[in-house]
Amino acid sequence: MSKIKVAILGSGNIGTDLLYKVLRSEYLECSLFIGRNLSSKGMSRAVSLGVPVSDQGIQAIQNRPDCCDIVFDCTSAMSHKIHAAILNDLNITAIDLTPAKLGPFCIPAINLDACKSDKNINMITCGGQASIPLAHVIGQTQKEVDYIEVVSTIASKSAGPATRLNLDEYIETTEKGVKMFSGCKRSKAILNLNPAEPCIDMQTTVYAQVRKPDMEALKKGVDEMVAKIQKYVPSYLLVVPPTYENNRIIMTVRVKGLGDFLPSYAGNLDIINCAAIAVAEEYAKSLLEKRG
Amino acid sequence: MKKVIISDATLRDGSHAISHQLTKAQITKYAQAADKAGLPIVEVGHGNGLGASSLQVGLSLLDDREMLETARASLTRSKLGIHIIPGFATINNDLKFAFDYGVDVVRVASHCTEADITERHISYTREQGREAYGVLMMSHMASREVLLDEGLKMQSYGAEALIIMDSAGAYLPTDVQDRISHLVANLNIPVGFHAHNNLGMGIANSITAVEAGAQIIDGASRGFGAGAGNAQLEVLVAVFEKLGFSTGIDLYKMLDAADIVEKEIMQSTPCVTSVSLVSGLSGVFSGFAKHVSLAAKEYGVDPRDIFFELGRRKVVGGQEDKIVEVALELREKTEARTK
Repeated sequence: MSKIKVAILGSGNIGTDLLYKVLRSEYLECSLFIGRNLSSKGMSRAVSLGVPVSDQGIQAIQNRPDCCDIVFDCTSAMSHKIHAAILNDLNITAIDLTPAKLGPFCIPAINLDACKSDKNINMITCGGQASIPLAHVIGQTQKEVDYIEVVSTIASKSAGPATRLNLDEYIETTEKGVKMFSGCKRSKAILNLNPAEPCIDMQTTVYAQVRKPDMEALKKGVDEMVAKIQKYVPSYLLVVPPTYENNRIIMTVRVKGLGDFLPSYAGNLDIINCAAIAVAEEYAKSLLEKRG
Repeated sequence: MKKVIISDATLRDGSHAISHQLTKAQITKYAQAADKAGLPIVEVGHGNGLGASSLQVGLSLLDDREMLETARASLTRSKLGIHIIPGFATINNDLKFAFDYGVDVVRVASHCTEADITERHISYTREQGREAYGVLMMSHMASREVLLDEGLKMQSYGAEALIIMDSAGAYLPTDVQDRISHLVANLNIPVGFHAHNNLGMGIANSITAVEAGAQIIDGASRGFGAGAGNAQLEVLVAVFEKLGFSTGIDLYKMLDAADIVEKEIMQSTPCVTSVSLVSGLSGVFSGFAKHVSLAAKEYGVDPRDIFFELGRRKVVGGQEDKIVEVALELREKTEARTK
């Protein structure tokens, strides 16, 4: 079966982990892995996996616009703003893993169909991919959702320098996503870093204040949502099922990574990559159908 | 005479002890008294600082703006201080308006190994022409070498002092001596210490810190703070004077302020309860105490078991959601055993 060609822009941890996931995909093949430095860890890994590489950044795609139909942008928000305009002119779909927030927000378990026709798709944040689906279920099953709060705790080692410097953007983008997908009036996002060794798995708790909790509908909705997410994030696990206590709804999920390039405790990085792959595969399927 | 700067955490750390339910009248009355006594810095806010009012760590009665506005109106000589933890509060959501309300000193805090998340908040504070301190919380979880590395980072971001917090009240005096002397010898900025009393060491540890070279000491009137409480502020004032350190604080007026806290703010006088002792022994954040007691009741498990289990899992401040998870697991285990 023929596959859809994708390029990965950015050869850091996220880009390299994504490469492993693309190599496993039935629908995608990596035609170009692009960084800035041929001797970086990610680049040499790509070479050893037999993947074509370039150190020319976005120029590599401008030189050969037909090299791919989809670009995963794993660079930075600032770079993505430049890349987005170029890719749009070249009519290449961009899946944006930076916090640039240019395209519509995408959570595969919620709005995959609506997103696959967009030319620029934003994957929100890692914590958002874990928490927003649950916030969405709260919005769908409860009346008058006043407030939703999402708290993620991740292993210190899974938070690189960019994440640390951009905590504020992480929080504000996640809060925006929670509101958008749940319809709640107010939202808050909190992020904790825990340095314990061995490293802890990513864990996310969602709290809500609603006027009249309907726990039965919530439990059913959450179980369905978890099953949907597990299709593209196999180890997305509900560890505290929806519980009503002390005038609040509380539930907790744990996300273990697949351990492709990043260690398995980095579920926070894995989940955003899994989500990006889910979007790309859906788009690839529709392209393959069109092309017969 | 050598000087010690006392930073008053009563209206911030004390919030933990009353589930963040400070009223405007309480803030006004205490802040006025503290100002009269000559406290150099008076902190106010939610126990976990600016922007921390949440279901995770507790909702405040007043919002941050009301608390800051009320405290500001009552302070003439004392500087108005806040605690802020990146990950809870952002510059846009929280810190910007705090400056509009006249905050003088911003104490930017992180878990003791995560100083690099404080860079932007510290720099922003300095850019706005306000004082910035770096704060390393739960410092018993790191060696003196690690604390120094993290302190050097904060110093490089522009912090004008480094405070290490014994957030779990887990230190013995030798631990304090070891860490403070190492930091004092290797940093160019003043070093401060923030004690909790879970093992009954609040005052002793504060004295040790000053003898090891610390120049800033946090305390709370009547010890009003998380868990077993903080180093009792009026005792610090008396003891430091006796040891030959000047605090610049009027003892009589300080005692008046402490009486206000006892009569009008606190629900019970802090003491080393069985549960807070276990919190100190297990090295778990003192601020968990109320949440642990609540969960223990709700799920019918022993609060001491919850604390020891949390300690084994090396939880940090802000991970209060772990309390419910652990309580549920303990209940399941007990049920399995009785079957």
